[in-house]
Amino acid sequence: MEAVLNALVLIGNYIVVPGLAYGSQLALGALGVTMIYAVLRFSNFGHGEIMSFGTMLVILATFALQDFGLSISPLPTALLALPVGIAGAIGLCLLLDRYVYKFYRQQRASPVIYLIVSIGTMFIIGGLIRFIIGPKDRNFADGERFIMKASAFKANTGLAEGLAIKTSQGVTVLTAFIVVGVVFWFLNYTRTGKSMRAFSDNEDLALLSGIDPDRVVRITWIITAVLATIAGTLYGLDKSYKPLVYMHLLLPIFAAAIVGGVGNPLGAIAGGFVIAFSELAITFAYKKVAAYLIGDGVLGDGLLQLLSTDYKFAVSFMILVIVLLVKPTGIFSGKTL
Amino acid sequence: MTKHPNSPTTNAKSPAQMAPTQRNLLLFAGMAALLIMVGVLQSWNVAFSILNMCLISAIMALGVNIQWGYAGLFNVGVMGFAALGGLAGVVVSMPPVDAAWAAGGLGIIMGLATGIATLIAGMMVWRRGQSWGRWRYAATAAIVISGYIFIRSLADPSVAAIEAVDPARTGYLGGLGLPIILSWLVGGVFAAAAAWVVGKVSLGLRADYLAIATLGISEIIIYVLKFEDWLSRGVKNVNGLPRPVPYEVDLQANSWFIALADNLNLPLVDASSLMVKICYALLFTVVLLAVLWLSETALRSPWGRMMRAIRDNETAANAMGKNVTKQHLLVFVLGSAVIGVAGAMMVTLDGQFTPTSYQPLRFTFLIWVMVIAGGSGNNWGAVLGGFLIWFFWIEAEPIGLWLMDVVTSGLPPTHWLRLHLLESAAHTRLMTMGVILLLVLRFSPRGLIPESRR
Amino acid sequence: MTALVGTAMTGGYGGADILKGCTISVESGEIAVIVGPNGAGKSTAMKAMFGMLDLRVGSVLLNGEDITSLPPQHRVQRGMGFVPQTQNVFTSMTVEENLEMGGFIRGDDFSDTIEEIYNLFPVLREKRAQPAGELSGGQRQQVAVGRALMTQPKVLMLDEPTAGVSPIVMDELFDRIIDVARTGIAILMVEQNAKQALAIADRGYVLVQGENRYTDSGAALLANPDVRRAFLGG
Repeated sequence: MEAVLNALVLIGNYIVVPGLAYGSQLALGALGVTMIYAVLRFSNFGHGEIMSFGTMLVILATFALQDFGLSISPLPTALLALPVGIAGAIGLCLLLDRYVYKFYRQQRASPVIYLIVSIGTMFIIGGLIRFIIGPKDRNFADGERFIMKASAFKANTGLAEGLAIKTSQGVTVLTAFIVVGVVFWFLNYTRTGKSMRAFSDNEDLALLSGIDPDRVVRITWIITAVLATIAGTLYGLDKSYKPLVYMHLLLPIFAAAIVGGVGNPLGAIAGGFVIAFSELAITFAYKKVAAYLIGDGVLGDGLLQLLSTDYKFAVSFMILVIVLLVKPTGIFSGKTL
Repeated sequence: MTKHPNSPTTNAKSPAQMAPTQRNLLLFAGMAALLIMVGVLQSWNVAFSILNMCLISAIMALGVNIQWGYAGLFNVGVMGFAALGGLAGVVVSMPPVDAAWAAGGLGIIMGLATGIATLIAGMMVWRRGQSWGRWRYAATAAIVISGYIFIRSLADPSVAAIEAVDPARTGYLGGLGLPIILSWLVGGVFAAAAAWVVGKVSLGLRADYLAIATLGISEIIIYVLKFEDWLSRGVKNVNGLPRPVPYEVDLQANSWFIALADNLNLPLVDASSLMVKICYALLFTVVLLAVLWLSETALRSPWGRMMRAIRDNETAANAMGKNVTKQHLLVFVLGSAVIGVAGAMMVTLDGQFTPTSYQPLRFTFLIWVMVIAGGSGNNWGAVLGGFLIWFFWIEAEPIGLWLMDVVTSGLPPTHWLRLHLLESAAHTRLMTMGVILLLVLRFSPRGLIPESRR
Repeated sequence: MTALVGTAMTGGYGGADILKGCTISVESGEIAVIVGPNGAGKSTAMKAMFGMLDLRVGSVLLNGEDITSLPPQHRVQRGMGFVPQTQNVFTSMTVEENLEMGGFIRGDDFSDTIEEIYNLFPVLREKRAQPAGELSGGQRQQVAVGRALMTQPKVLMLDEPTAGVSPIVMDELFDRIIDVARTGIAILMVEQNAKQALAIADRGYVLVQGENRYTDSGAALLANPDVRRAFLGG
């Protein structure tokens, strides 16, 4: 019995808990991407940099707050600084839309053009971020580091394996839960949210119904900016902040959005968790778990890894490619066009 | 049906301009002038370094342009194909590590064979199983998974054995020990083979999905190169690749060369370095001209016209019986081959193979800026774009620093703003690239050298 | 006062004129049907009256008010409703949400109107929580009409409402349209199924090459031997 519990704790500690946290971060990122896709109908390659930008502002504000001695311990101070980052990200997105994307909307340009344009914005925002904050690693997490320490867990349960839950992980899951709930409530129960869904569903009919396209576009960018900042901040709290990192997150986020069905908000959430758990589950060394469940050395001496840990990021790419080839509309059948 | 930006109906009238050839000559002359300025103001060594990378970038941009301009294919996996070209450099020119081959060569070969067999079997089942419904997915998955297990069991012990052979210096299989210039061709072949597989499975996707798919696949390729040490030492890199041109030290010992350097009044070390670069430049220029000539000939040929007709109106072309998918695949493979050749050339120039240096930003996206800014759809435009953008990518830092210096010259040297701006000047190049891309897309979407109507 | 009249309408989509001095009118509570061969300009005439294309010559009056220069959204606000031929519902949204979107421009509480529409189309009440995309063709058309009725228009225009629908469903749809007309709304309809449409029409317009060829009551047109031979298959 104890062996089974130990095995479960191992899986919990190395797959379930990190998966929930990482999955939430991906889900929030994918939700932003999917909304832009649903309403503006293009894949925004600049999304990673928007996340990075918002997070950068949060970090700068956090440092300022920390200098002032403000703290909401045990929670990280960054949460207090979130509104600053969000406001900045919203400003950036609205500016970009007004001066860059709007022109192409009027031209009715093809999705590929938007994609190339978004690559341009990626460069600009990326450069701007590095210009302002420099390329170094930044750690801005403070407050209580752990909600539950592995040692405390072991002491309380008497098991050999410990389950640790970081504060950042707990904050991530809770925040994501709340944010997703708000977004869904907004989309399904408010007039504006419904009008956005209508606009995404059938643009001509929406215009006919008197829905204001500029307003819908504006609100989409605002929501995306909010989601991007929160996702970026949560990720930065959990791991650390380096401007280049978010470009690497772009592919797992796109993978999550596409796997779940791009354009479908529910799909983005599901996709985020699918990707996160796959990455962790496929590269986890099951040696110890097997030892607990079946006995040591029964399945050989190897680490019992499906893929080596080096391939963690590659897993999301592989899933993405497979989904694109097998079922491009994703699990929840988002839009293909 | 999305319209390619170069399709005849989507562009406004082009601005009044002098005869195209005159204008193009002027643009290229301008580019040469920039390089000469660098030579005079900084150093000739730097100028030639930049020129060499410009030549390589131009070839890569050409490859991308073949895919985009001829067929409207948006390949964001340039990085992967370039890396495969670089791999060819290693595989062709490095001496074989006999101990490693003895230890695990057989296992690797069996593993690779099984891999190819699995791939073929999987593709066949996928193709045949059109009518099997759900079973098609299950069958293909079963083949792939069992194939994977086979490969792992066959190859894993061999991999471990190979990587255990003198890991500090080798720890991999080595290569064929052939002249490295052959690898330029082999690199093209590697890239073409990969492109064939990638294209076969993903060319049916819509443009932006194709972009994401190719980006993902190229990341996977890089991952494999980074972590399969037995192949190319992974992140330990392969250094000391052999050269097609003389070594500086050899030149410095050569009496004829010493006399030449003396006559030109150049310090020996600088002269030898310069000579090596010039040799590379000559080689690269030959390749560039060859590829350019081939591309232009293909473009002007009936085949080229057909390709552009397909690009501009795929539905009509399909209706006329042209096998669009086959043509797209051909173009995709050809373009990728060119990218592979450039990748091999780059690794030759560097003398080392560094998987971690293949970053999407530096590679893929920068090349795209080159193609767009230069003139998407026009081969000469792609070449010019390659030169121009690479030039600014490198020179953005010194120019930026100089600019910041001038702008903050009024401030005291230790002022935080001045220090910060000077420190950040290096990062202006990212922003510059983005601004260039957006400006070109907005105000001159057909680029500096637009595609000509024929 | 005539609910809607387009007089001497001449114009096209940019190049050649499709409409050449065509006149269409409809009274409140009346059903007017536009029929004619393919390419006659039927849909074009209706779209012109809705403002989806510019008229070179001619005018459109809604309840006596000149709306010729107004864009479609403004005409909706003035009391016109339009049901496009295709893509006329929000497929991913429920029936009720479709109706809510139909009433988007209204500032007041429109739950009464929704009730009226459910009374008019009982099957919609049944399926109110189902996504419109899951409904059958005929039911979707009812959602489309319901959506247009949410603004309580004085004039309702339908572009080939029975296109691609089975005969039984077509009969049912026409019954519903008659019910709508009875509430006092002026109905203008373009139809391919000329015979069945003229059977319920108070006024019929036969358009050929952008011009009025025959104008009369529905019954009279059905009885007219020239019309029958040329357009109704004898």
